[in-house]
Amino acid sequence: MQENLVINNTQNLPVYPKLNYLNNGHTVSSWLLTKDHKRIAILYLLSVSVFFMLGGIYAGLIRLELLTPKGDLVESGTYNKLFTHHGILMIFFFLIPSIPAVLGNFLIPIMIGAKDLAFPRINLLSWYLYIAGASFTLWALIQGGVDTGWTFYTPYSTTFSNTYVIATGLGIFINGFSSILTGLNFIVTIHTMRAPGMTWFRLPLFVWAHYATSLVMVLGTPVLAITLLLLVVERVGRVGIFDPALGGDPILFQHLFWFYSHPAVYIMVLPGMGVVSELIANFSRKRIFGYTFIAFSSIAIAVFGFLVWGHHMFASGQSPYAGLVFSFLSMVVAVPSAIKVFNWTATLYKGSISYDTPMLYGLFFIGLFLIGGLTGLFLGAMGLDVHLTDTYFVVAHFHYVMVGGAVLAYLGGLHYWWPKMFGRMYSEFWSKLSAMIIFIGFNLTFFPQFILGYMGMPRRYHAYPEEFQVFNIFSTAGASVLAVGLFLPLFYLTYSLIRGKAAGDNPWLLPGLEWRTTSPPPTENFIETPIVTWEAYEFGEESGLYDEETHHKSEVKPVSLFDQN
Amino acid sequence: MNNSWYIPLFPEQASTFAWQVDALYAYLVAISIFFTVLVVGVIAVFFVQYRERVKFAIPEQIEGSTMLEAIWSIIPFVISITIFVGGAIVYYDQYRLPTEGMEVYVVGKQWMWKIQHATGQREINELHIPVGQKIKLTMTTEDVLHDFSIPAFRTKADVVPGRYTYLWFEPTQVGKYHLFCQEYCGLNHSGMGGYVYVMEQKDFDNWLSGNTANQTPAEAGKDLFVNKLGCASCHGAEGKGGRGATLVGIFGKPQKMVSGQTIVADESYIRESILNPQANIVEGYQPIMPTFKGQVTEDQLVQLVAYIKSLGGTAAGSTPTSAGSSPTQTSPNTQGSKNFGNAGSNGASPNGSTPGRMN
Repeated sequence: MQENLVINNTQNLPVYPKLNYLNNGHTVSSWLLTKDHKRIAILYLLSVSVFFMLGGIYAGLIRLELLTPKGDLVESGTYNKLFTHHGILMIFFFLIPSIPAVLGNFLIPIMIGAKDLAFPRINLLSWYLYIAGASFTLWALIQGGVDTGWTFYTPYSTTFSNTYVIATGLGIFINGFSSILTGLNFIVTIHTMRAPGMTWFRLPLFVWAHYATSLVMVLGTPVLAITLLLLVVERVGRVGIFDPALGGDPILFQHLFWFYSHPAVYIMVLPGMGVVSELIANFSRKRIFGYTFIAFSSIAIAVFGFLVWGHHMFASGQSPYAGLVFSFLSMVVAVPSAIKVFNWTATLYKGSISYDTPMLYGLFFIGLFLIGGLTGLFLGAMGLDVHLTDTYFVVAHFHYVMVGGAVLAYLGGLHYWWPKMFGRMYSEFWSKLSAMIIFIGFNLTFFPQFILGYMGMPRRYHAYPEEFQVFNIFSTAGASVLAVGLFLPLFYLTYSLIRGKAAGDNPWLLPGLEWRTTSPPPTENFIETPIVTWEAYEFGEESGLYDEETHHKSEVKPVSLFDQN
Repeated sequence: MNNSWYIPLFPEQASTFAWQVDALYAYLVAISIFFTVLVVGVIAVFFVQYRERVKFAIPEQIEGSTMLEAIWSIIPFVISITIFVGGAIVYYDQYRLPTEGMEVYVVGKQWMWKIQHATGQREINELHIPVGQKIKLTMTTEDVLHDFSIPAFRTKADVVPGRYTYLWFEPTQVGKYHLFCQEYCGLNHSGMGGYVYVMEQKDFDNWLSGNTANQTPAEAGKDLFVNKLGCASCHGAEGKGGRGATLVGIFGKPQKMVSGQTIVADESYIRESILNPQANIVEGYQPIMPTFKGQVTEDQLVQLVAYIKSLGGTAAGSTPTSAGSSPTQTSPNTQGSKNFGNAGSNGASPNGSTPGRMN
């Protein structure tokens, strides 16, 4: 195996492989009926990008409206739809599928040395369910939209709103099955498809994070499905479930909703943590510090994440004794997140850190997730949460976690694996510039909202008192900077597909299995099933990465079809 | 709009809760700054110190350290427990209602706050209160969820249809403060608010006398009870009972039900008994009462509850057994007093009744 991996690359120019998954079939049906996890990942990449852009347009309109205290850009009914649509599109159709369905789908089989996911047809079905759910929801939004907030709180959503609640709810319901099936597929794949020698503790942490995420997807999403179904039953059939006028209980809805929607936060951020573990270890060229602690902290977050939903409800009329338990457990769940942050930091110690674009995203993630996590403690402390809940402090907090965390990790992962996915390099200059603009724009947008929140500015307000305007101007200015930063990748990444330099199989000389096949990989991922003899993030002799003589210059020999030719 | 009501980064401290919440906030801000500076600082140092000097060089490999893992698990755990305890202490003060003070009734509806003082004055989207007195709000809504929030007082509570929730505070500073609805309630959510005016006692007394006092809620409730709804035909003109149960002296006391349960007769129980009389019938009476659902408004319900409260009930400290016997009861109605039969923003169980744990 060792000799197999080490070669002296005489011609140092990277080459683009003649045959790979991208050019294996050019018909529309070769894409739409593909069972290749890599092609399905590309389908997801295109579709989540569309929804990210749509959600972003709504965000831009919200920030424009909030530039002035008066509600002068749009009517209040329209404004209510703007933030509802923004939330629904971003959460259900971008954030939840983004990292798992694009990067996870593409990389999990390759990282564990498998040819595909365990259920390739179900994987394709997941994408169709996603498209069906998304189309259904989009249709509802075009027909007139929905104004309940993404939280669908009852009895407003079941009795009072005159908008397309049922159609939107059903769209999300259908989309939920996509999530469940993806989670199921990942769990089975990770259990049964690992290559010989790929033990659980040799798995990249990206895979561990996806395992934890899949548990939440499989166990949490059905509760959302049931809740949405009950909502539709009450709205259509006037059966008293949540509306007290019909004999129901509105607080019950909040319990059911947050039982899914709090763990859903971990569906969004756990894969991001997985990406960042890869970035930090690989770009420091070091085995990650405290591998097992990071791996198990993902599982701990997934498990404890199910027990903290009541911290959304301290001011809702929930029993204060239940509140105490939820507050305590919310504090406990902070610990595994802290463990991850400290381990990432420690990994940098005595590393050989290169500052490629993905690493910039990794470092930005740590800083922003740190602030997002710490401000979560403010909201978990009951006495403080009573003042802060439903203010802009909450808005700022979850954007730090979801945008500063999940979106930055997604972009970092996309830049990291882009050369693997498409075999082409993007512009280093533009990608770094874009990362910096995003970081600055993001902080300018959301940091002022912490202050607004403590001052008492309520969320979901179309018009607000004048004394809040200064910070809203900062926030809107930041949003326009952020928008510029987010648009740049659209151009330079697309450009790279046409004119980008061939990336070579292993542009960063890294040890993971995904770097031991061609870029882009062949349809079968590897010519022969690899036998894993190295640990995760193994940079030493065992990795087979390095030439004996020069010690740091050689290329990894790809385990692929084409070297045989 | 008077900008001087707000100092730049904090709202004014205008209630007895404000300094506690601000102190907890300051503690958390300090912790956040400490950890952010620590982690970002360390990353910055490593960033420079350990930058890649030779392309693709392999640095010394370090596995990890169980000792370090223990340290950075235990320290955050201990700190987060201090935050939990701090949060719980601050919350407890807000949740535990005082035994005496001024009562105000609040009914929310899309998109206004209807407020009535115990002395009968009514206001819309404004609340006038005297400084230095404990104020207790009994709140409900005619339609969807709302939330009564006064940032300067650092407190708020959701207002939930079908039950009563409570909020109390003691203003410490004369002034005009924002009142917001902070639970999304539909089209004009951001317009559902106004001001709380905290006044010197004498100014407040002037304000009270300058406003036509309508009937007090209790008087209006009696009017409904005797004349308009005909409750008196069964419950007696003075509420002393007849075919229907006696209502004198029951408020805030545990009542034995036909089912064998014991339920404390708090606001939510009375409300339920008017709207859904068959749900929980007091022992010794027949299920003959018709429902008044659809015939009484939330405002009238509040008045009926006020009337029944005025017929007397639990005096402060007179229910040591019930208070002592149910420390784990989720709805702490038993720690109330003559005025405040229920406590906390916590309402009761979904149907408005609270199963006791007496038997």
